[in-house]
Amino acid sequence: MSAPAEISTKTQKGSESPAIQVEKIVKRYGDFEAVKGVDFSVAEGEIFGLLGPNGAGKSTLIRMMTTLIPITSGRAIISGHDVAKEPDAVRRQIGVIPQALTSDPDLTVEENLSIYAKLYSVPKAQREKNINEVLEAVDLTKWRDAQTKTLSGGMRRRLEIARGLVHNPHIFFLDEPTTGLDPVSRIAVWEMLNKLKATRNLTMLLTTHYMEEADKLCDRIAIVDHGTLVALGTPIQLKQGVPGANVVEVHFDRETKEWQERLEKLDGVTSVQALSAGFYRVLTSSGSKTTMQLVELASSLGETLTSLSVQNTTLDDVFVHYTGRQLRDEQVKSVFTMPPRPGAQP
Amino acid sequence: MNRMFAIVEREMRKFFRSPVLMIMSMMVPILQLIIMGNAFGGKIVGAHVAVVDHDHGPQAVKIREGFDAIAVNIKTFTTVEYEDEIQAREDVRTGKVDAAVVIPAQYSRRVYAQDAPEIGLVVDNSDPFTSSSLESEMQLLISALTTPVVQPRLASAIALEIVELYPYVNYMKFLLPCCVALAMYISVMIGGGMLYIDDKARGVHEGYLVTPITKFELVFGLNIAGSIKAVLSGISLTIIGSLTAGLGVIFHPMADLELLCMIVVTSIAFNGMMFLMMVRVDDPLVPRAMFGILNILLLYPSGAMYPTKAFPAWLRALAIVDPFTYAVHGFKSILLKDGGFVSIQYDLLFLLLFGLGTLLIATPLFKRTL
Repeated sequence: MSAPAEISTKTQKGSESPAIQVEKIVKRYGDFEAVKGVDFSVAEGEIFGLLGPNGAGKSTLIRMMTTLIPITSGRAIISGHDVAKEPDAVRRQIGVIPQALTSDPDLTVEENLSIYAKLYSVPKAQREKNINEVLEAVDLTKWRDAQTKTLSGGMRRRLEIARGLVHNPHIFFLDEPTTGLDPVSRIAVWEMLNKLKATRNLTMLLTTHYMEEADKLCDRIAIVDHGTLVALGTPIQLKQGVPGANVVEVHFDRETKEWQERLEKLDGVTSVQALSAGFYRVLTSSGSKTTMQLVELASSLGETLTSLSVQNTTLDDVFVHYTGRQLRDEQVKSVFTMPPRPGAQP
Repeated sequence: MNRMFAIVEREMRKFFRSPVLMIMSMMVPILQLIIMGNAFGGKIVGAHVAVVDHDHGPQAVKIREGFDAIAVNIKTFTTVEYEDEIQAREDVRTGKVDAAVVIPAQYSRRVYAQDAPEIGLVVDNSDPFTSSSLESEMQLLISALTTPVVQPRLASAIALEIVELYPYVNYMKFLLPCCVALAMYISVMIGGGMLYIDDKARGVHEGYLVTPITKFELVFGLNIAGSIKAVLSGISLTIIGSLTAGLGVIFHPMADLELLCMIVVTSIAFNGMMFLMMVRVDDPLVPRAMFGILNILLLYPSGAMYPTKAFPAWLRALAIVDPFTYAVHGFKSILLKDGGFVSIQYDLLFLLLFGLGTLLIATPLFKRTL
């Protein structure tokens, strides 16, 4: 595992009063420390991503910031209000989209929005206008009278987003907004969030375990692992922080003990990771040069290359660099782990 | 306040969109009313009684004529002739016949001699309902046989004149107050218990908790909605049950007002109790597991099925703190006796205080965070 990055917790835009300021925040459940003294701040109008595998502490962080669970120590300031001391003031400033789909399936789209507008005390005259606007924003206007249970997964997720915006919040928290969506719906949600950012000047903080989502949506990303913040920066900064400009994935038809050692000796190669038998992921400063060397090496040894691909450094490589393992490994593990019982502590 | 009513609005919209809750909450009490009301409290008909006649005299013939009259008229039992007393007793034991009457030798002579004549009745007392019914019929028959044909001008025996205050109350009518209370309990259990915990588990409450709604607004919003659902259930079952059982009290406006008061305070009491029990529960399995246990703990000690005066002391103590006791008593007072507010004042007071008390305890226990 690489050493943690030099983390700058300051906002990218250098604003004096950030929208979100988190200082040495800790969450403990008995002896277990879910979040271990995390610091960061988010500027007004910024989209900030918390990236990490399941169980990294992302949802716990977001729940502390949105007043859902008490903070053990440290503090979180949202729009100038301390979460622990002024939770109601914080709640008025924020919109929250939880991980689960919590809109009532028996109610219509409009009824769901109306109930939440009332919960936020949106005046009656303003309510209708806000509902029309958010329905327009999430492209659900023609579904306003449809019962929520008749909507597709992507549409329901868009309704959740509309619900979080119905009271015109300044800061928008989204906990894994595209989990469970198919790729097409996921891209639609990304486009919608980008549109919202452009039209509403919203500050957004989202959690995700999708590299591509963080890469496409976020101005800055914080990588969270085991309750700590291991890296923070713009997607470009994070990728540049990883030694090696390219990633070469190579698959030999036969596994031998020497491959790892031989690959590490190639010019420009900074790291080699064995993915499976005969399958390696090589970080290199020059993808084309390493590719040539690999072909020559295989030819000289009489081995066959089953596949060979070259790509630029991705956030996956950033994650591997800072945590020593792949995010997709964690996701695969999570598939084989029973989900917690409903109502159990996170 | 508007936020509290937003919670009520959401719950009620959901309730009317899913009529399953309302139907299910009334299905069990209605079935109980119809099936138990018809199954219990009816008269025993068609039992078989063995007759072993060792006498064959004129008085024995009179008894057998009495048996024939019963078999033809009220049809409680028919007789089967036996020669062997031991066989008759064995057949009672094995269930071939329900009872055996033994008329001993010299019975007629002892009647005429007024020498303490006796008839034997062998009953299967493992079935108390049939045996007590047969005993009762036999007592009536014996009483009729011993009544002098010519009545003395001055009666020497003490007579008991029984005055029934209310029209005949069959078992279905007797069960109705219990069924109304049960419908409200099931509505609260499903609407206030199971759905409340399901919403928690699905994250609906997480959605509420990130809004500026206060703890008071949230608790009272949920409880008002739960109480309204129970009131609707109670009203529906009172009407359906009264019509099914043939009670006309619902057509008296004053009785309707008294019933409405009883239904409202019972809803508050049941809902408060359920909310207190569920306030810290997160697991959806808990209310489902508790359903049957609570039903037994609350319904049976309430006097709905059997008078509380017959209970042992510990069960009577349970009945005293059981809101079902007061609900059943109150409904019985109006539905069966039309007793007015005087007869339900203490029930109303207890149920109201119980409901408010449980809510007062539950409110600080309610967590404003996850």
